[in-house]
Amino acid sequence: MAGVQVANVSRSFGAHKALDDVSIDFADGGFYALLGPSGSGKTTLLRQIAGFDFPDSGRIAIGGESVERVPVEKRRIGMVFQNYALFPNMSVADNVAFGLSVRGEAKATIAAEVQRALDLVQLGKLGARKPHQLSGGQRQRVALARAIVTKPRVLLLDEPLGALDKALRVDMQIELKRIQREIGITTIFVTHDQEEALTMSDRIGILRDGRLVQEGPPEEIYDRPQSEFAATFLGDANIFRGNATGNGILLADGTTIAAAVGDRLVPGAKASCAVRPERIQISTGVVKPDTGNANSLKGQVSKRIFAGNNSTYFVDRDGQTLKVIVQNTGAERLAEGEPVVLSWSPDSTVLIAA
Amino acid sequence: MADQLAIGSRRGLKPALPLLLPAYLWLTVAIFLPLSAMVFFSFMTDLPLAGKDWAFTLGNYAAFFSQGLYATLMLASLRLGLEVTLWCIVIGYPAAYVLAKVLKGRSREAIFLLVILPFWSNGLVRIFSWAMVLREGGILDTALNAVLPFKINIDLMYSYPAVIIGLVHSYVPYMVLTCYLTLQAIDDSLIEAGRSLGASRRQVLWRVIIPLSMPGLIAGAALIFVPVVGSFMEPRILGGRTGTFYGTVIEDQFVAVFNWPLGAALSFILLAVVLIILALAAPVLRRAG
Ligand SMILES: Nc1ncnc2c1ncn2[C@@H]1O[C@H](COP(=O)(O)OP(=O)(O)OP(=O)(O)O)[C@@H](O)[C@H]1O
Ligand SMILES: [Mg+2]
Repeated sequence: MAGVQVANVSRSFGAHKALDDVSIDFADGGFYALLGPSGSGKTTLLRQIAGFDFPDSGRIAIGGESVERVPVEKRRIGMVFQNYALFPNMSVADNVAFGLSVRGEAKATIAAEVQRALDLVQLGKLGARKPHQLSGGQRQRVALARAIVTKPRVLLLDEPLGALDKALRVDMQIELKRIQREIGITTIFVTHDQEEALTMSDRIGILRDGRLVQEGPPEEIYDRPQSEFAATFLGDANIFRGNATGNGILLADGTTIAAAVGDRLVPGAKASCAVRPERIQISTGVVKPDTGNANSLKGQVSKRIFAGNNSTYFVDRDGQTLKVIVQNTGAERLAEGEPVVLSWSPDSTVLIAA
Repeated sequence: MADQLAIGSRRGLKPALPLLLPAYLWLTVAIFLPLSAMVFFSFMTDLPLAGKDWAFTLGNYAAFFSQGLYATLMLASLRLGLEVTLWCIVIGYPAAYVLAKVLKGRSREAIFLLVILPFWSNGLVRIFSWAMVLREGGILDTALNAVLPFKINIDLMYSYPAVIIGLVHSYVPYMVLTCYLTLQAIDDSLIEAGRSLGASRRQVLWRVIIPLSMPGLIAGAALIFVPVVGSFMEPRILGGRTGTFYGTVIEDQFVAVFNWPLGAALSFILLAVVLIILALAAPVLRRAG
């Protein structure tokens, strides 16, 4: 096993910068999610680490050793492709055996290792099938077994669950996580599903237009986003824009919003505040002063969306629509058009430099 | 392949019939009728033209077995077919690979055109232009002597290599095209997957790319081998006296000796031999693919 260090890596295709000075330290044995919109450079970054493509500048090291001159087949990585890339002419067992057999391992060793890998992904009985006789989820597991049977130092997964339906996806997420823990392999997982990134990974890196926007544990990115983009891309957020004061921002209409999270900013500088929809309380009366919700705004319910265990209220306020998520506890629900008061704590408010 | 056929048959052949009908009509008129006439001829003593007498006979077929010459020529033609096919693979496959996997955009189109060019030139023109290149004092001879410091004599004309060169040139586009199509269909991620699993470029070529392009190689080989075994134009023009092959003998029967029944019988024996070879090769090739 080994960690992966990506240092100041840039890669351009013509005039387009697919990666722009990206530096990430992937810790040994960690589960790392790379998140970002389409075209943000996630696949390009994985391809640099795998060695299918080479950076214009910057360094990549696996296990502390620079891999600049190391060809793909010597990097000892395992890769699961978005389209699985199983060899259609080989059986499932032969697919899994491929990496061991090109190394020239003994037949008996190969057979035993292949069986163990197939058992690990719970496909022990399907070794004789051809890839086209498998379901999407089974194919994905074969691709995973094939990638881990060679005991790679790093596992690279490029949206491996992208093609699966929701239920199968959740199953596979659990299984992938279990296997990763079992063999303790450094895993870099590309996805553009934020929920997947939040639930599975130890750390998340958010890419945008080839740049690393923010990087850290899921809780940290969710609770302390450093940009509006990070706040809205990972989870939902209400954004207020204004000018920084000593401990918050002043909106154009004179309202102040207090923020206890985020960097201190020079008063007067352009800034914004982000508040998660589930952190806001919604009520029809006045806010009781003892709740500690120093921030409050008046508004009017414009829409309510029922989603089983919770409801989302859209509240209009001075041309801005705010989103509030409330657990459905059986209490009275608010009607559309009703005037309401929104309140939340400065501890739930993140100050972001514009 | 097999499961695609299965899907087709489950839906039944009936809806496809109107679509198949024109093709079958055409095949009947253009191939089946003349071919049956030829089968008929091959059992005759003489052509029923100009009021000549004729009778049924097996003599034309017997001739093949009684005269060792025909069998010898058949073997020579089979060897020619094999050699030309192998050269076409050696030249055509790498070209197809470069076209499908290395070149992109404009340069691919340009090279593709160059490969297809022999298809668009008339066969005779092609062969005679080779004759000009290969003969003594021809283009190749002159060019080499202009470059090399010592005097050499290149006279490939009227030799076995000349026949091979002419045939390979005529038939290599088939190999390039069939291999290009199968190589094109191989997803690049399969190659990358192979590399990521520790296989070198060469191992990926032998274990992934060649097996997956086997259908193209087989199709190309069949498209080349069969007509080359029966070829007569290239052997005659480029081979001269050394260019006597099974195909030229058949041609003689039709255009020179006017022994159509013998020519027809020899053709059908060739057809049978080729079919037997393809049938014998099929299981082996299927396993390889
Ligand atoms: N071989 C290439 N040639 C030219 N441009 C490329 C090439 N590969 C990637 N790009 C460009 O680089 C940018 C990043 O591509 P990349 O595939 O890394 O995106 P991604 O984050 O994986 O997106 P997605 O979520 O859609 O897979 C894109 O704008 C893409 O068009
Ligand atoms: Mg991608």
